[in-house]
Amino acid sequence: MADTFQLEVATPERLFVDEQVTEAELPAQNGYIGVLAGHAPLLSALGAGVLSFKTGSGERVLAIDGGFVEIYDNHVRVLADRAEFGNDIDASAARRQLDEANAQLKSVHEKDSDAVLQAVARAQARVDAAEKAGRRAA
Amino acid sequence: MPSLINLRRRIRSVKNMQQLTKAMKMVSAAKLRRAQEQAIASRPYARMMERVLRNVAAAAKSDEDSADFPLLQVREEKRIQLIVVSSDTGLAGAFNANLFRMANRFVEEHKGAELRIEAIGRKGRDFFRRRQFNLTAEHVGIVDKPKYNQAAEIADKMIRQYRDAEIDAVYLLVNEFKTVMAPNLVLRKILPVELPEDGADQIDYIYEQPPASLLRTLLPRYVEMEIYRALLESISAYHAARMTAMDAASSNAGDVISDLTLTLNRVRQAGITREIIEIVSGAAALG
Repeated sequence: MADTFQLEVATPERLFVDEQVTEAELPAQNGYIGVLAGHAPLLSALGAGVLSFKTGSGERVLAIDGGFVEIYDNHVRVLADRAEFGNDIDASAARRQLDEANAQLKSVHEKDSDAVLQAVARAQARVDAAEKAGRRAA
Repeated sequence: MPSLINLRRRIRSVKNMQQLTKAMKMVSAAKLRRAQEQAIASRPYARMMERVLRNVAAAAKSDEDSADFPLLQVREEKRIQLIVVSSDTGLAGAFNANLFRMANRFVEEHKGAELRIEAIGRKGRDFFRRRQFNLTAEHVGIVDKPKYNQAAEIADKMIRQYRDAEIDAVYLLVNEFKTVMAPNLVLRKILPVELPEDGADQIDYIYEQPPASLLRTLLPRYVEMEIYRALLESISAYHAARMTAMDAASSNAGDVISDLTLTLNRVRQAGITREIIEIVSGAAALG
């Protein structure tokens, strides 16, 4: 049995995950961070992306967007602005949203491009999470 | 002496009322449970946030090139924004009355400053409108099922105005849930942000971003969370107060019913007695 650590994922509205995991991957603002048990204390902002973690019973994925992560004392605490389990995302609807966001990106004005880019990243994260969750289920 | 038929009617109507108040109490009990579940669900996030904020703030302070943070800047309070969280509906005893009394006191105490009020909840809006206060905005229909993004919207407006120095302080007046019996009325300053006390648990993190930039994104989130929490507390407290009020109303109705039943029986007996006397004296007259 590999070493485990406690992963907590919460949004302002509810707690998503609170369990012992062996491995987690987080979408930090500056790129993905892989976490194993015994990680050094760390604080980082999160971007839009896919958070995946492995427990004894398998792997699960969440699409998250924004927020923070705190790693301390074998606890990984994720404060996400938004979160969704990959299984709960409708993959085709998410893909449609991504297409819409991409289409918008082409027509958008320079100064508003940040918001649209964020929307694209968010949509991409949801699609990725849905696909990743779906692949494993299949 | 009231007639029998009138007494029976009144008893029936009070019984109906009692059924109504009992039903309302049950409804509030169920809603209270739901509101509390929501409040509990938001707690892990709030707890984590507070600890992270404390650490980041301490680290940012020691960071030399930390620019100043507009949301921490304390100014002389010339223009004050007050947010009053009331309820949309009444029938909850002194829930709103106490809130407004406190709001009035706040207005009295801050006569020297320019005061603006943001009303959350229909009762609050009506109260301040009647008193000709100028409301910056009113939010009706959001208190029953608070959503985070609604709270965030209000918070973001406050943050923007505070940053632009249109207002110098933001206070929040709200009934917090303490026990089912009595809500706890609180006045809290949410802007400028007063950082949680420096705890002993200073943690030496690796910072992926400079603490100052983390703090800059954390602070608005903290203010949003404060307002969201206030909405959740308020709705819990409201349903608790309503439960208590409806319970009292039900037991009062019970008292009225037993009083009326007693009178009814007395009147009925007096009638019977009178009839017997009439019969007996009639028989005596014949014999």
